[in-house]
Amino acid sequence: MAKHATPLLDQLETGPWPSFVSDIKQEAERRKANPDNIEYQIPVDVCDDLLGILEMSYEDGETHWKHGGIVGVFGYGGGVIGRYADQPERFPGVAHFHTVRVNQPSGKYYKTDYLRKLMDLWDFRGSGLTNMHGSTGDLVWLGTTTPQLEEIFWTLTHELNTDLGGSGSNLRTPAACLGQSRCEFACYDTQDLSYHMTNEYQDELHRPAFPYKFKFKFDGCPNGCVASIARSDFSVIGTWKDDIKVDQEAVKAYVAGEFRPNAGAHSTRDWGKFDIQKEVVDLCPTGCMSWDGSKLTIDNKECYRCMHCINTMPRALHIGDERGASIFVGAKAPILDGAQMGSLLVPFVPVEEPYDEVKEVVENLWDWWMEEGKNRERIGETIKRQGFQKLLEVTGIKADPRHVQEPRSNPYIFWKEEDVEGGWDRDINEFRKRHQR
Amino acid sequence: MATVDYQGKAFDIDEDGFLQRFEDWSPEWVEYVKESEGIKDLTEEHQKVIDFLQDYYKKNGIAPMVRILSKVTGFKLKHIYELFPSGPGKGACKMAGLPKPTGCV
Repeated sequence: MAKHATPLLDQLETGPWPSFVSDIKQEAERRKANPDNIEYQIPVDVCDDLLGILEMSYEDGETHWKHGGIVGVFGYGGGVIGRYADQPERFPGVAHFHTVRVNQPSGKYYKTDYLRKLMDLWDFRGSGLTNMHGSTGDLVWLGTTTPQLEEIFWTLTHELNTDLGGSGSNLRTPAACLGQSRCEFACYDTQDLSYHMTNEYQDELHRPAFPYKFKFKFDGCPNGCVASIARSDFSVIGTWKDDIKVDQEAVKAYVAGEFRPNAGAHSTRDWGKFDIQKEVVDLCPTGCMSWDGSKLTIDNKECYRCMHCINTMPRALHIGDERGASIFVGAKAPILDGAQMGSLLVPFVPVEEPYDEVKEVVENLWDWWMEEGKNRERIGETIKRQGFQKLLEVTGIKADPRHVQEPRSNPYIFWKEEDVEGGWDRDINEFRKRHQR
Repeated sequence: MATVDYQGKAFDIDEDGFLQRFEDWSPEWVEYVKESEGIKDLTEEHQKVIDFLQDYYKKNGIAPMVRILSKVTGFKLKHIYELFPSGPGKGACKMAGLPKPTGCV
């Protein structure tokens, strides 16, 4: 018998999608039965009380967590999100319900052995509930008490060789798409770069030293499977410089219907026979492709590398061999001054170990933003306030037409004094000699 | 809200052990908190950080950014963590009696 009646939540056990309510109830039952004789370090009924307080929120349409919470482990300024229930007497099991961010492996590949060890620790010292994974990428442990934090951290680091993720005004946990591990579109090793940068900047990740949060994300190609251009202050997106590789025989196989377009992604509906002209050539954003009935040609110097043709005919068209990435800066959610996506800063950068070219851009950005950024100002906002030109100056990058979607339409143009003959020091009396008042 | 009695003084604190009112701060508070913040002996350097945080808070009504704390005290962030193992926010601000840091932490 459950500890609290949850009539509203019970409705969410119906329907075909995996029910979080059924899962939490199952965990609540398992904790109660305790088949493995675990010496639970936080209340046994934590899951019951979580469902209870959630049901209460469903009833009155309000959250029941108190504001904020500052807890953590010694040596770090982040990694744990403290949280307290605002009805601790009624739901003592969740009086403390802190969240622990655990740094996940790049691409989120796991072995069951590792996950079992993580879960053994979390069963023992936490609620047994998780979020796989947080939006930033962390493996998230949902719900434990303050005295358990150092205990969890000790076991995590000493026995599982695993660290906490980031939180606060610092570098947050980086994340990457699956990259070259299982994608033929990947233009660089996203997982390795993510891993490398995570290790390189551990200090910046664990001890908040920035004006505000800062995120890295690494996409292997412009498809953006980790959405770096929207969800990271520093977005690295793979691309190539040379020609798209065309296998004409394979193109013919698509036209003949032997290969399915988009690898069969639209096969649940009848879209008719594949029409290369209509579905590829005519949809190319720059119109740089042509099909003469037997041969597909691409005017590569006009190609934006948008991925559409490659996505549609992956067996016939392949990324080029001269690979690297573009760097975009400044994406953020709306608060305070409006949402931003990343703006192109570096059109092409080689992405090879030890990744010095990428790190140089990062460190130049940080030097500037750490000095100039206002309290709680994302780098995207600093760029808006001080200007894109300033960003180019501090990164030592030359302005390039690719830095803009279109040139400015207003004429409020600043000039540097040294670029204007005669400078700014002018004598009104000299002017008056030629122009009477 | 809990109340702590220490060396004849009473302090109202929240769940995270932050003072509810800055005005309640007294040197005894620092003595009381230091152990839970992993500090054995208070040095002049600790005091320098605490003094600066309090001055800045009285003058500006907020805690200083980490960068400003470093600049004024001359202590690099690494050294601030050596002094206050849980960092400038949870460690130093709590001991100085400043309000609990907020936002997306």
